[in-house]
Amino acid sequence: MYQHKDLLGLRGVSAEEITDILDVADTMKEILRSGNKKTPHLQGKSIVTLFYENSTRTRMSFELASKYMSAASANIAAGASSVKKGETLMDTGRTLDRMGTDIIIIRHPVSGAPHMLAKCVRSAVINAGDGMNEHPTQALLDMLTMRQRFGSLKGLRVAVIGDVMHSRVARSNIIGLCTMGASVTLCAPPTLMPVGIDKMGCTIAETTKKCVSGADVVMGLRIQRERQQAGLFPSVAEYCDNWEITPELMQKANSGAILMHPGPINRGVEVSSDAADSDRSVIDAQVTNGVAVRMALLYMLTRRELTPFKSEGGNEI
Amino acid sequence: MSETLLKNGFVLSPSDGQNGIADILVKNGKIAAIGANLETDGEVVELNGKHVFPAFVDMHVHLRDPGQTYKEDVESGCRAAAAGGFCAVCCMPNTAPVNDSEAVTKYIIEKANAVGGGVRVYPIGAVSKGLKGEELAEIGTMARGGAVAFSDDGQPVSSSRLMYLAMQYSNHFGKKILSHCEDKALAKEGVMNEGETATRLGLKGIPRAAENAMIAREILLCGELSIPVHICHVSTREGVEMLREAKKRGVMVTAETCPHYIALTDEIIDSRDYDTNARVNPPLRAEADRLAVIEGLRDGTIDVLVTDHAPHHRDDKEVEFIYASSGISGLETAFSVNYTTLCRENGMPLEKLIELMSYSAPAILGLPAPKIAVGENANLAIVNLEKRKKVNAASFRSKGHNTPFDGMEFYGAIERTYAGGRLAFKEDKDA
Repeated sequence: MYQHKDLLGLRGVSAEEITDILDVADTMKEILRSGNKKTPHLQGKSIVTLFYENSTRTRMSFELASKYMSAASANIAAGASSVKKGETLMDTGRTLDRMGTDIIIIRHPVSGAPHMLAKCVRSAVINAGDGMNEHPTQALLDMLTMRQRFGSLKGLRVAVIGDVMHSRVARSNIIGLCTMGASVTLCAPPTLMPVGIDKMGCTIAETTKKCVSGADVVMGLRIQRERQQAGLFPSVAEYCDNWEITPELMQKANSGAILMHPGPINRGVEVSSDAADSDRSVIDAQVTNGVAVRMALLYMLTRRELTPFKSEGGNEI
Repeated sequence: MSETLLKNGFVLSPSDGQNGIADILVKNGKIAAIGANLETDGEVVELNGKHVFPAFVDMHVHLRDPGQTYKEDVESGCRAAAAGGFCAVCCMPNTAPVNDSEAVTKYIIEKANAVGGGVRVYPIGAVSKGLKGEELAEIGTMARGGAVAFSDDGQPVSSSRLMYLAMQYSNHFGKKILSHCEDKALAKEGVMNEGETATRLGLKGIPRAAENAMIAREILLCGELSIPVHICHVSTREGVEMLREAKKRGVMVTAETCPHYIALTDEIIDSRDYDTNARVNPPLRAEADRLAVIEGLRDGTIDVLVTDHAPHHRDDKEVEFIYASSGISGLETAFSVNYTTLCRENGMPLEKLIELMSYSAPAILGLPAPKIAVGENANLAIVNLEKRKKVNAASFRSKGHNTPFDGMEFYGAIERTYAGGRLAFKEDKDA
């Protein structure tokens, strides 16, 4: 059983714990499939999403997960610009904490911000993506999707193609998949491949063909247009020539290989529409699994007794 | 008349020929006698073989005064210096307003004379007006007002042309340029050393080449002009190699490094979970760099140890990593970190450490060096080398408690500091 106060990343999370989370998520998926998507698991619990970056699917996924399980939920969309000017993250965290939140779900443009928040609140903290560091719930839903298709993660060969440097999805997947005994091969333009990433236990392929050769899973990563403007690659056309995932590339992978993408997709950039909409694509299943995994985590993180606030002259609740 | 007799200290002051147990009589701030079995009617301090060194001189600190006195001021900075065994510090010009004028230079000197408690403060003037890197600041006027060197520290002088001019102009007034080497375009948005740790943590990296490129430029300018230049806070293996090679060729370059580059690596940012107290510029590097910098100190490639004391308020550090200010409050841990790392762990003789901490800075800048000799002002650091002490940032005299060394243990506790003839620091026995 997952025993930590928070979920800040998959670093330090054991294979047993990941398996537990995925097992619970499988049962949650049954609830999602049923006609009556309402359970009392989180009755009396309150959950806040604190997002310093735009998000549609992750925030909605957490919010629906909370609502399906009867939690009181609220959303704070704090613009990234207010981070610097306004209240400090620690003060915001403490304020939410004192309002009686059980879980704070944070997305933040700075790596390590959830770690800082977790140190100053009693609530459980879930990292919904921090800078270029981790996006653990995305990797968990990805692993759930792979496990549903292949039965086990052990020995799976996963090819990851795209902007590895800026990708928290890539980092969480590398960590989680390596923990589960899968192997990960990366491919990216050299300017989008961070120094020393192989030290995290993955291998690097020079070309997309080599990368997908023998792969059971091909995962595309989002390419943001700003990266081209920042001079990290010359043009979208040149990117596509070398790194786009197409049906032809998928042919080089194993016969049963699936195509994954964390979304939102830039069609015709990192993945062609023909590939994204093909039978191999499990992108839609990933979205459903996202809700299931988040339901599982919300449930598991609220099993813990909250430690009382330190008594501060009538301040305790 | 006040007299203090420091009895049975192990006096080690290589340039004064002192190397053994002796008594030192301090009378009205001056060293009145050095010898065996001295006597006094005044105070007697039994040292039982504890070491007496010439007090340390730090040629690279930030005192934040004027303008950012919530971080530090001349008084608190001098108290921190004294607590670290220093009798003199040179303060960088990135204050508000910038020390790019004689008025600010004089303000700092006068304030230090008034509230420094004996610690001398030598201001370093800006190379460029407002540290903007565009036009030369009034170097001659500041030199007349007491500035001992010139630097845009914190900011590199990005324009090679401006550095080329500044070196020549400053040299006319007999002052050196101290260069903060950083190619800003290459460092870009980096917040820590580029490498596997930064990749693992998802933080943007600063390549070593950002520092190396400008060290190379300064060596070339220095060699071509035959004008000495000083390289600030060297942190890379390639930087050390280039300096070693340049010195062999007779280029008049000198260089410094700091305790954190010889004692820590970028791993600490991971092991301390994004601890912003380990954010510093240049960033903490990898183990190979750390070892190369130590070797550079041993073989004389790096001339001097400084602190780059950069105190910050906790509000500037208790924020997300990329928003945190860079810098370490270093005066109060410098000796113990240097001694433990260099002498205890790497076999450096104490004499060499004294050279690096007490003699080199005055030699580079042409300042009076602390001496342990009859007739000299007492500038002494009394140190218990056997005492192992846990760093407690909360107890710092500095207003800045920002240190990655907090909680770590080091040998070598400063027990007393005499600065400018005054007892500037005495260890609190309860601490």
